[in-house]
Amino acid sequence: MAKIVLDSVDKVYSGGVKAVDSLNLEINDGEFMVLVGPSGCGKSTALRMIAGLEEITGGTLTIGDRVVNDLPPKNRDIAMVFQNYALYPHMTVEQNLAFGLKLRKTPKPEIERRVKEAAAMLGLEPYLKRKPAALSGGQRQRVAMGRAIVREPQAFLMDEPLSNLDAKLRVQMRASLNQLHERLGVTTVYVTHDQIEAMTLGDRVAVLRDGKLQQVDTPKNLFDHPVNLFVAGFIGSPAMNFVAARLEQNGDGAVLKFADQTLPVADETLAAKPELRDYFGREIVLGIRPSDFDDAELAAYNGGTMTVKADVTEEIGTEINVIFTIDAPPLDHEDAAALAADAAGDGDEDDAALPLTRDKSVFTARVSPRSSVRPGQMITLAVDTRQLHYFDKVSGLSIGHPASKPAAATV
Amino acid sequence: MSAPTSPAATESSAARVRRRLSGRAASIAAIVIAVVWTLPTFGLFVSSFRPEQEIKTTGWWTFFTDPSLTLANYRDVLFGTASQGQLASYFVNSFVITLPSTVFVVALAALAAYALAWMNFPGRDWIFLGVFALQIVPLQMSLVPLLSFFSEGVSIGGVQVLPAWELEGAFQFTTVWVAHTIFGLPLGVFLLHNFIAQLPRSLFEAARVDGAGHGVIFRRVVTPLIVPALMSLAIFQFLWVWNDLLVALIFAGGGVETAPLTVRLAEMAGTRGNEWQRLTAGAFVSMIVPLLVFFSLQRYFVRGLLAGSVKG
Repeated sequence: MAKIVLDSVDKVYSGGVKAVDSLNLEINDGEFMVLVGPSGCGKSTALRMIAGLEEITGGTLTIGDRVVNDLPPKNRDIAMVFQNYALYPHMTVEQNLAFGLKLRKTPKPEIERRVKEAAAMLGLEPYLKRKPAALSGGQRQRVAMGRAIVREPQAFLMDEPLSNLDAKLRVQMRASLNQLHERLGVTTVYVTHDQIEAMTLGDRVAVLRDGKLQQVDTPKNLFDHPVNLFVAGFIGSPAMNFVAARLEQNGDGAVLKFADQTLPVADETLAAKPELRDYFGREIVLGIRPSDFDDAELAAYNGGTMTVKADVTEEIGTEINVIFTIDAPPLDHEDAAALAADAAGDGDEDDAALPLTRDKSVFTARVSPRSSVRPGQMITLAVDTRQLHYFDKVSGLSIGHPASKPAAATV
Repeated sequence: MSAPTSPAATESSAARVRRRLSGRAASIAAIVIAVVWTLPTFGLFVSSFRPEQEIKTTGWWTFFTDPSLTLANYRDVLFGTASQGQLASYFVNSFVITLPSTVFVVALAALAAYALAWMNFPGRDWIFLGVFALQIVPLQMSLVPLLSFFSEGVSIGGVQVLPAWELEGAFQFTTVWVAHTIFGLPLGVFLLHNFIAQLPRSLFEAARVDGAGHGVIFRRVVTPLIVPALMSLAIFQFLWVWNDLLVALIFAGGGVETAPLTVRLAEMAGTRGNEWQRLTAGAFVSMIVPLLVFFSLQRYFVRGLLAGSVKG
């Protein structure tokens, strides 16, 4: 087991494309680090550089206390799980598991012991004599995992290992991955584009975009204190609602005005983020998580209210998603555009498409399932004003965020 | 993402082809073609067992009304005097020429194809393009240079760089082996390259992470996976070399020590054109090996041809 340190690591492809731009990341011993970001953000490239499958253009990469920039993959003592499993089709499960050990000249009884152990851990014993073609997707995935486990490496590298599984199996495997990590305690770097996977698996999550690290933090901190518009919009489902709002002084406190709505700024926020005072009289970007809304009649906390007409309600059982429009133009910021493009590509976000709402902002509120809201009805929503997010309109950085004061986000 | 749709599409088109090819009309047509193509072979086969007098006076079909069989033709051509054929030793020559020429081509082509597909070195794409282009060079063009390379060596500006080969005994076959290997490689490399390049990249990456170098990857991962392709290339090359006349005539000569069956048969047809009974038997001796090779390995052959389009 070992610590992995990336010190301003660059990857420049021959065409001059910078896939990874000066990445600084410290993955602690035994930590489960998730790299997440939209497709093309450089997360896989970063992982492949750690594995040694891509050359490092600049910077240093340390695994344990060795600089491994120029070491081939086999000398880095890492094991990798691939998206398509990459099992050897002509070998049985047992041979697949043992292959890496055999190449390393591990003594036979030791190989047998480790293969047996891993197979027991993953429930693969009945399939040891089968070839991969005779296994289901989930079983193949477990063999791929087992091939990494038997090696007892310093670190596991996983490149979207669950993305080829169907939804139900993915949730199951996600849970077993968590248990596995708990049990083995091996440093793990995990790449995914699925922010839910990132949040549920990671001890810490690194959000990347265009090859640049946006923020590294625990899932909870990423959710509660995103450093910029991109992270705020990327983490959380349904996505955070954004609107350009005017911040105005109101006696001792402050209020936010957008469209025909007014929300107070919570006093504790103003105290915690004195920088907000510099923005009095100016436009900022306001971010509200769907989960910080509730039906005013049922809300536990009511910092301010918005009365809106519910266009669509999605009753999921545990909650109701209320989709409504705000009479303000959609946010015009490159981060928002990037998020929208990603959402459209993924096809499973609420705010893709809908050309009907061209010059209005679409909001989603998540309210209690006991709410009586129906489509087309007016609803008064309570807003948890303590949880509002404030971003600079130009830079997109969170106002008053400790990490956004210096330019780079290093944690 | 879009990956799951494409195999489904190929599968359905493959299924459509299979359905059409298994219809009644298609089956009848296939049987007719098979009969028409096999009939002359069968006639040759029957003739080769008929006595000399009958071959020269009646057609092979009269065998059914007036059957008379003899093994004399085979005895004569295989083990008779030099004037009768002496095919047995030419038969051995054919094997001695064909087997190494096949093994060399398959082994070298597999190694080259692996390197060209999965090793990064400067000029790789140009080399592959060169190999590809070599396929359109007619081999007749290289006969004279190659022959002088073997018999006179290489000299540049009067300085002898490589000596003449001057081979003796069993090594006399070397020139034919080398020639056949050279002529067989471009197509072999090209065929295997396409096959090897299709293996998923992550397989190689997994092997590298597992600790394998190029040697191990080639031996333990690539070779087992391309067996069908290797077999079909081996069949191609075997049949080509076995049936070849031109290269053998030029590089092996016409002597009984080195010349293969094809050379001898051509000679017999020329010098003993009216000895039908020996020609039929001789032709059948030379045919039997390709037929055996093809029938015993045809399942690999079909699999090798299909492997590119249908995965699994």
